[in-house]
Amino acid sequence: MATRLPKVDCVLVGFGWTASILAHELTEAGLQVLALERGGFRDTVPDFSTTFIQDELRYAVRNGLFEEPERETLTFRNKTSETALPMRQLGSFRPASGAGGAGVHWNGQHWRFLPTDFLQRSHIEQRYGRKFIPDDMTIQDWGVTYEDLEPHFDAFEYLCGTSGRAGNLGGQKQDGGNPFEAARRRDYPNPPLKRGLAQVKFDEAAKAVGFHPFPCPASNTSRAYKNPLGVEMGACTYCGYCEWFGCGNFSKSSPQTTIFPVLIGKDGFEYRVRCEVTRVDLDKSKTHATGVTYVDAQGREFEQPADLVILCAFPTHNVHLLLVSGIGKPYDPQANAGVTGRNYAYQITSSVDVFVDELVNPFMGAGALGQAVDDFNGDNFDHGPENFIGGGYLAAWTTGGRPILQSHVPDGTPTWGSGWKKAMADNYLKSLSIATHGSVMSYRDAYLDLDPTYRDVYGNPLLRLTFDYHDNEIRMSKFLTDKAEMIAKAMKPRAMHAKPRKAPYSIVPYQTTHNTGGAIMGTDPRTSVVNRYLQSWDVPNVFVMGASAFPQNAGYNPTGTVGALTYWAAEAIRKQYLAKPGPLMSKA
Amino acid sequence: MDVRTLATCAALGAVAACAGAAVPTPVPSESSHAAIARGRNLVRAGDCAACHTAEHGKPFAGGRAVPTPFGTIYSTNITPDDATGIGTWSADDFYRAMHEGIARDGHHLYPAFPYPWYTKVTRTDSDAIKAYLDTLAPVDEPPRENALPWPLTLRSGIAAWNAAFFHEGTYAYNAQKSAQWNEGAYLVEGLGHCGACHTPKNFAGAVKRRDALEGGYGENWYATSLANDVRDGIGAWTEQDIVDFLRRGANAHATAFGPMAEVVTHSTSHLTDTQLHAIAVYLKDSPPREASAASAPGRDVATHGAGLYLDDCAGCHMAQGEGLAGVFPALKGNGVVQANDAETLVHLILTGESAASTQANPNRFAMPAFDWKLSDQDIADVASYVRSAWGNSAAPVSAGTVKDVRAKVEHIVEQ
Repeated sequence: MATRLPKVDCVLVGFGWTASILAHELTEAGLQVLALERGGFRDTVPDFSTTFIQDELRYAVRNGLFEEPERETLTFRNKTSETALPMRQLGSFRPASGAGGAGVHWNGQHWRFLPTDFLQRSHIEQRYGRKFIPDDMTIQDWGVTYEDLEPHFDAFEYLCGTSGRAGNLGGQKQDGGNPFEAARRRDYPNPPLKRGLAQVKFDEAAKAVGFHPFPCPASNTSRAYKNPLGVEMGACTYCGYCEWFGCGNFSKSSPQTTIFPVLIGKDGFEYRVRCEVTRVDLDKSKTHATGVTYVDAQGREFEQPADLVILCAFPTHNVHLLLVSGIGKPYDPQANAGVTGRNYAYQITSSVDVFVDELVNPFMGAGALGQAVDDFNGDNFDHGPENFIGGGYLAAWTTGGRPILQSHVPDGTPTWGSGWKKAMADNYLKSLSIATHGSVMSYRDAYLDLDPTYRDVYGNPLLRLTFDYHDNEIRMSKFLTDKAEMIAKAMKPRAMHAKPRKAPYSIVPYQTTHNTGGAIMGTDPRTSVVNRYLQSWDVPNVFVMGASAFPQNAGYNPTGTVGALTYWAAEAIRKQYLAKPGPLMSKA
Repeated sequence: MDVRTLATCAALGAVAACAGAAVPTPVPSESSHAAIARGRNLVRAGDCAACHTAEHGKPFAGGRAVPTPFGTIYSTNITPDDATGIGTWSADDFYRAMHEGIARDGHHLYPAFPYPWYTKVTRTDSDAIKAYLDTLAPVDEPPRENALPWPLTLRSGIAAWNAAFFHEGTYAYNAQKSAQWNEGAYLVEGLGHCGACHTPKNFAGAVKRRDALEGGYGENWYATSLANDVRDGIGAWTEQDIVDFLRRGANAHATAFGPMAEVVTHSTSHLTDTQLHAIAVYLKDSPPREASAASAPGRDVATHGAGLYLDDCAGCHMAQGEGLAGVFPALKGNGVVQANDAETLVHLILTGESAASTQANPNRFAMPAFDWKLSDQDIADVASYVRSAWGNSAAPVSAGTVKDVRAKVEHIVEQ
């Protein structure tokens, strides 16, 4: 029997980036806000203490900062004809657990999506015709435009102290920046990170083959920075331990380094850790949430009443909660009807390893230290002759040179013994990799639903993921890989080899933690779970943040757009919803 | 510096003037809003809440362990609860405690309650403090038993201690100095009780008045010198630097941590600009001192220490010890680093510490602990290195010192 607790104005499920932003915005609006986090509380000191956090075995190999599949996981299959099995260890993606969420362990690769990304269907139809889109591809427009989100992209970059160089200031192209980016109101808050040799070589080679390289936008601060909340950050030391680690130097943007100092202890804000929300509680009408039910570390069940419920968990967990709570009609791929779980998408990546004669010194890295070209992202090039939809960026990242997982050896190197040792010694300091980071469109047979067989520790059905790469993505990724090889060749390397991505999708090897969709946004309640303000169509006092709102995934890392959408939703809640609680868009 | 020697009595007019901006007027028996407001400010200035609030306890309800070299004393409940607090105390009773260190029932208070400083508080201000405390919600929180060895449990001994070391008397206005200077002196020597930590103490725990504010021990930390020594004091600080430090918890020279972080967070960051400038004017008005000559560490020690510094420290404090303005403190020219007594530096390297977080500077910067990875010799070497690098000058630190401090701070953690 759940213990009923005193009501709060707003309960946030999760305590990562989106919850931290909302907690700040909504307490500023005078609300009493409670964040419920399934993991523990974590802060820079002691949890990410420098010289302690740089432990690859503990954190990268043994998954120190992530969710534990023993407690929470999903089942997976490639096709609807298969029987899904539980993911019993983390592989292809690594959702976070604990305060700060994935904002703790991300690399800081902080991008804005392109204007055409938000108009994915209408733009393609307009430029290439309706028939250009395959029948089973269920891409759609987002319901918001780049112009709607621009102030919020800006707010998130200034919160984070993002380092980069503008390529388009208010419509004026800027030398040295990304010439394909959409107009931004002002430059990045900090200049680009210092380049390593990999970035310099990539820059020269990309220019030599006629592309347009620029420094990647990095939420690793290139200098000391004070954000608009008055919170200060240190300067990145290029220690090379960003992804899968917390930052010990206060120089990677995270809720801890940008918001917590003004949020923790603030009047009107409370968080509770090791509390797993198992359900959004609805009243009899099923159109109004009364709060959430959660289970604490002692196994006690609590009912937490709230006027406003905002799901801020990892995308797959948001969708799972919606499904087990009965919010939105579950998606049915056979009937092509229903919405909750629809349009799951991911990312498609590949790489080209390059072996050079100069010292690259990869150990001096940062999570978002990279030089990229965006010539083949979104609709920055003519897709007509290529006959696929989507794109991605190519980049030479130097995220680090960690001893266990971050090294490159030429093709044909033995996998152990003295031959491997010699190749490691010869190549560790003299190699780099060009990554491709591609979009994944949404399809009728890529979705999330409840598993009929397996249940979680709370007795709820596990979430079931059905996903595979489609021909469109495989061809697009090959196109990007070919371009990456062009750049690699222009470096005149002593050796190189491509690592293309092949179907079927495997959930085993790590690829990216960019899972999207399932609670997608839009302007039509028949094809979206939330409206353009991330508000549930069916239960208007429930909002759903995060990449679960993406109708399909673009060719960039998602966090920048997730942050912008959060500020956009926060503004709608503050300015419209709180004044008049109810649907912000009509269903008709 | 004759202001630091007490006058046994002070003309009321002079006392009024020393209170600076708020010239006291007679307080009506029904305490006025102005008196309560002043009382609240003075309670901040005295940092009463720091000692009179237990960890996770209700404010002012007492029960916090105050470590002394002689044992642990637990603070008392100063909420207006009749049975367990000071609800039945009159303004006279309260003033006697502040001025003489004697409780309502006549027993002597231990000087862990800083009456040797609070004795300087004027009657008007004492009444204002009591008026403010009376507005708090009463909390039923009985006092905890002190953990003191015999014969210190005998309070009669305090009378003897008082006779030897306690100088009762309200602050004496120094007509040679400005009103601002006097307000600063009144705060520093009175409610602020800065000397409780920053002045060295004798065998009996009484301050060595001749060495006022030249560095001393408080709560197992060595509190650095507040003298105008460029090397280990505040000689290089401007008046504004002092104001910034006390309001923000950090300035270009130093960051508050340990007990001083609490002082800044709970006390000085809530004082008025007028008060902070007065404190700064007073502290800056002392003659510069000769720095003691320091010997440099041997070459091997310096090399090992420099290597450790690059591995473990330079990420934040930077290669040349210059720090990162506004974020990480410089070690070059740092008074804590160059303090004659290296205990705080060693303690800091061992356990790490949180910096002060204030409204003006909300960051929650913290230094991590290194006790888990650095040996006594490592810490001695890196401490010796930073004490002599980049123009710094202070005597080397021995592994034995580190061993002693480690034993002491591990004992604290175990408590």
